[in-house]
Amino acid sequence: MTSPRVMASYRLTFGASLIAALVNVFFGLLVAWVLVRYDFFGKKFVDALVDLPFALPTAVAGISLTALLAGNGWIGQYLEPWGIQLAFKPNGVVIALIFIGLPFVVRTVQPVLEDTEKELEEAATCLGATRWQTFSRVIFPSIAPALLTGFAMAFARAIGEYGSVIFIAGNMPMVSEITPLIIIGKLEQYDYAGATAVALVMLVISFMLLLVINALQTWQRRRSGASS
Amino acid sequence: MSPTLTANKVQAGTTEARWIRRSLIGLALLFMFLFLVLPLAAVFTEALRKGLDAYLEALQEPDAWLAIRLTLIVASVAVPLNLVFGVAAWAIAKYEFKGKSLLTTLVDLPFSVSPVVAGLVYVLMFGAHGWFGPWLQANDIKIVFAVPGIILATLFVTFPFIARELIPLMQAQGSEEEQAAIVLGATGWQTFWRVTLPNIKWGLLYGVILCNARAMGEFGAVSVVSGHIRGQTNTMPLHVEILYNEYQSVAAFAVASLLALLALVTLAIKSFIEWRHAQEMQASAKTPPEQPAH
Repeated sequence: MTSPRVMASYRLTFGASLIAALVNVFFGLLVAWVLVRYDFFGKKFVDALVDLPFALPTAVAGISLTALLAGNGWIGQYLEPWGIQLAFKPNGVVIALIFIGLPFVVRTVQPVLEDTEKELEEAATCLGATRWQTFSRVIFPSIAPALLTGFAMAFARAIGEYGSVIFIAGNMPMVSEITPLIIIGKLEQYDYAGATAVALVMLVISFMLLLVINALQTWQRRRSGASS
Repeated sequence: MSPTLTANKVQAGTTEARWIRRSLIGLALLFMFLFLVLPLAAVFTEALRKGLDAYLEALQEPDAWLAIRLTLIVASVAVPLNLVFGVAAWAIAKYEFKGKSLLTTLVDLPFSVSPVVAGLVYVLMFGAHGWFGPWLQANDIKIVFAVPGIILATLFVTFPFIARELIPLMQAQGSEEEQAAIVLGATGWQTFWRVTLPNIKWGLLYGVILCNARAMGEFGAVSVVSGHIRGQTNTMPLHVEILYNEYQSVAAFAVASLLALLALVTLAIKSFIEWRHAQEMQASAKTPPEQPAH
């Protein structure tokens, strides 16, 4: 449970999950913002598409992302001349985790953004605030709890993710081997005690994240209850 | 400053300059295209890389058929059971009691636990060296590395979908209507069919299709308990993995394309439900309270 190989897998799993969740916070907010605030052609379609990572089996996502990013893939062939390799590298893990985590952020932020009151923004403008000030001082604080909840959910999901990652990661010990794969490896060698020990670490972390998410949701409810 | 001028300024103050709007939309669409549209398109192009004949041939493999059959069996057991469990969880959540918030938190547990860990728990309980292992062996019951284990793992992973859709609905609606029905002399069963079900039907349907999509697509948990026995305990996602690892790319993507189609159908039904639900909400908002909508 604390051998170098397992420790390296924790670093990869938590590091990649953290980066992916942060990227999702940024792009998730952007997508939610664009869907709520602006009108454009094909908006309904884009809105429906956001849930694709929920509906698409993770194994399918894994092999298709790998096919895209491999050296001869649609995207990979343009990256390779620049020396950028995403498939079969730790970076590929991040890409897969961004894919599966996106809807968590969009779907938690979107309803809150829909409920924000225009009057407050109008008041801020009348009082002389620039648009950016209005966003950072009025809009952002009201969606911050939802954004944090979405972040925590995407992070929790990313830590446990297995199906989409194993195809793209390359699964090199010490380099691109995620913790769930360590558990599978130990199981295949009938090392039940070892598998259980690593699983216990993950289970404790899941529980803690679940409690954090629950607390965040309570906070969010209280905040939206107080404003209306 | 004239009032119209101020109004214009306020209007301009609650949205962004046109070029900012355009670039934000463009950036969001580019991101969605790269991360969602391209992977989806890649599944179908890779599946058809060697033409339609090779694609159809790959789908007619006996092993592929057995995998499709097993996936359908698993979903047809797991989804109805979770429907019952979901309605039960929802019924429990209708009452106020101590520890209720802990219980509603626990409903979410399968969402945050790694599917691999969930699968491991079943191996530890029902495997040959597990808690119930010796007893199961003595009675010649196989759970792990057999179909019952796959169903159990799927049940666990997909449990929250229906319950989670229903519990917020219940919190929003309260139980006044049911109480009124009971006071007016309806039996518990009548109340459920005539009052409760119409109120929750869209939420229920929504949960069912998401639950079904996940049940058919679950990989991690099923992978741990299945044992990967070709033609026996191979579900569609597991079959995709085997084919892919054997470098049978077209065959792997052909089976994957069926799962991708399932995902697209799921999204379409989901959009339809949301649209119908919005329509019904509008209709009931227009109807004056003296004249009920039905």
